[in-house]
Amino acid sequence: MQSVTTTPAGGSVANEAEAAVVGSPAPRSRKDRRAANKAKKMAGNIDYNKRHGKRLFLLVAPLLIMVVLFSYLPLLGWVYAFFDYQPPLPLSECDFVGFHWFTFLVSSPAQLKTIGQVLINTFAMSGLNILTSFIPVIFAIALNEIRCKWFKNLIQTLTTLPNFISWVLVYSIAFAMFSSSGMVNELLQNLHIISAPIKFLDSGDHTWLKMLLWNMWKGIGWGSIMYLAGIAGIDQELYEAAQVDGANRFQQIIHVTVPQLLPTYFVLLMLSISNFLNNGMDQYYVFQNSFNKDWIQVLDLYVYNVGLGQSSLSLGTAISILKSLVSVALLFTVNWLSKRTRGVGIV
Amino acid sequence: MAKVKKGISPAMRRTPGEKAYNVFNIIFLSLFALICAYPFYYLIINSFSDNNASAAGDVMWWFKGFHLENYKNVLSLDGLATAAWISVARTIIGTVLTVLASAYLGFMFTQKSMWHRTFWYRFVIITMYFNAGLIPMFITMKNLHLTNNFWVYILPAVVQPFNIILVKTFIESIPPSLQEAAEMDGAGTLTVFTRIILPMCTPILATVGIFSAVNQWNSFQDTLIYMTDSKLYSLQYLLYTYINQASALANAAKASSANVAALASAATPTSIRMTVSVIVVLPIMFTYPFFQRFFVKGMMLGAVKG
Repeated sequence: MQSVTTTPAGGSVANEAEAAVVGSPAPRSRKDRRAANKAKKMAGNIDYNKRHGKRLFLLVAPLLIMVVLFSYLPLLGWVYAFFDYQPPLPLSECDFVGFHWFTFLVSSPAQLKTIGQVLINTFAMSGLNILTSFIPVIFAIALNEIRCKWFKNLIQTLTTLPNFISWVLVYSIAFAMFSSSGMVNELLQNLHIISAPIKFLDSGDHTWLKMLLWNMWKGIGWGSIMYLAGIAGIDQELYEAAQVDGANRFQQIIHVTVPQLLPTYFVLLMLSISNFLNNGMDQYYVFQNSFNKDWIQVLDLYVYNVGLGQSSLSLGTAISILKSLVSVALLFTVNWLSKRTRGVGIV
Repeated sequence: MAKVKKGISPAMRRTPGEKAYNVFNIIFLSLFALICAYPFYYLIINSFSDNNASAAGDVMWWFKGFHLENYKNVLSLDGLATAAWISVARTIIGTVLTVLASAYLGFMFTQKSMWHRTFWYRFVIITMYFNAGLIPMFITMKNLHLTNNFWVYILPAVVQPFNIILVKTFIESIPPSLQEAAEMDGAGTLTVFTRIILPMCTPILATVGIFSAVNQWNSFQDTLIYMTDSKLYSLQYLLYTYINQASALANAAKASSANVAALASAATPTSIRMTVSVIVVLPIMFTYPFFQRFFVKGMMLGAVKG
C-alpha cells in the first residue's frame, strides 16, 4: 500500500494517488464535484457532523445489540437466584424465595462440607498453578541459552503444540497412555517395576497433582513464549557490562536476565490472581469420575454439576453470582495493588 | 570464576561448568519436547496398527501390523460425518464473522465523530471483565431459542472485546491522512473501511482469525451445555462421548460392517478412540507449524495490552 501525504498545495497529487487506492474508475469531473461537496460539508457544517456521527452509530448498532444480548442480558438472569425456578414453568409462576439459595449454601453441615471441599479444591488448583508459574521463566531462559537456531525452533514448536489441543483430546491421550491397559502400565509391567496396573485415572489419589501436571504439560511451552520475547528485548549493553565486570553465564542469568523478566512475571502473576476462582471447567469436567469427584470439583465444575447436572438452576445461579462478584472484587484489588506497587494498572 | 582469555570473545568462552550446563540443558529441553510430542506420535502409530496389540498397549515405538481398517470403520460410524460438518462449518463461519466484526468495530471506534464514541467503546470493552456465569447464560440462550440451534456456536463469539482492542490499536497506527485523502475523493466511511483499512489490517486479522479458528475447533463446553440434539454435536463433543462409550461403539461398528473383518483389524474401543482422536487433532497438527508465528505475534500483542 502506498503512503500518501496530503498538503493543501499538493491536493491534486493526493487525489490521483488516492484514486488508485480507492480503485474506482469514475470520471474525474463528477468525482471532483462530489469531493468538493463533501469537503464543503465537512468543513464547517456542525449539523452535518452531528448527523454523520449518528449515522456511524447506527452502523455499529446491530453489533452493539449483540453485545447487549450476549453479555448484558445474562446479567438479568441473576434474578433467577431469588426464585425457586423449575424450568418448564415460566418465572412468573415460580415462588420468590429471597436469599434462600444463598443461605442454603451454608445451611446444613453436609452442604457446608461440600462447598468447603469445592473451595479447597479451587484454592488448591489455582494455588498450585500460581506456585508453579515460575517454571515457564526457567524454560524460557534454558531455551534462550541454545545457540543452534533450528534446534531452538524445533523445541519451541513441539512444546507449544499441546496448548492448541482441546481438553477432550488431552483426556483421550491420558486414557490411551494411562488407563490400566495403557502404554505406561504395560511398560512398567514389562520392566517388572509393578506387578498390577496402577489406576492413574480411576482413583482419587493425588488428583490435584495430576491436574497440575496436565496443566503444565499443556501450558509450559506456550507460557514461555512471553518470556522469550522479554529476553529478546533485554538491552545487550547490560550483558556486555556484566561481562566486563567478570560475570560468567550463570551470573549473567541471575543478575541480568531474571531481574529484567520480573516485571512481566508480576503482571502475569497479578492476572492469574485475579482469575483465582475461574479455573474453567473443561479440564476438570473431562477428567472427573466417581472416584476423584471429591477432589476434582472446582467452583466452575460445581456450578455445572449443580445447575445442569442436578437441574437446580436457581442454586447454580446463586453460586455464579457470588463467584462473579468475588472475581470482580479480586480484579479491582489486584489492579489497585498493581497501581500502588508499579504505578501502572493491569486493566 | 572464568578468567578472561585474550583473543576469544566473551560469548565464545566455555568453562567446563558451562559445557556441562549446555549438555544438561540440551538433554532437559529435548526430554520435555519429547514428552510433549510423543503422545501425538503414540496416537498416530496406534491408529494404524494391529488392534489387539494396540488394545494391550504394545505399540510403543513403531507400527505393528500396519492397516487402514480403523479409518474405514470410524468413517462409517453414525454421527461422525455430521459432527465433522458441524465442526468445519462453525470454524469457518465463526472465524469469518469474528474477524469481520472485529475489524469493523475496531475501525468504527477510531471514528472520532461517532455519536458518544468513548461511551460505546467502553460499553463493549468492559464486558471482558465480568461474566454473568454459566447458568444465567444457559437460561438466556434458552429464552433466545438458541439452545439446540447451530447459531449458538457462532453468535455469542462474534464480538470479542480483546480482538477489538487489538485491531483498534493497529488501525490507530495507520496515518489518518490516508482516510482523510480518500474522503476528499468522495469515499464514504464504509468505502474507506472496505477499500483502505481492511486490506491494510491483514496481518492483525490473520492473528485474530487463527485464534478464533482454534477456539472454534476446540470448543467443547458449548455443545455440552446448549445441545441435546445429537445432529448438532461438534467433533470434540462426539470424541468425548466416544471415549465414554467406546465399547458399545465397537460392537456397533462390528455389526454394521457386513464383511467379516480380519481379527487384527476388527474395531476395538481403543482403536476407535485413538482413530477419532487422530482425526480431531490432525487439522491442528498440520496447520500449526505454518501458523505458529501468528500465534506468537498474537501473544505478544496481548502482552503489550496486558
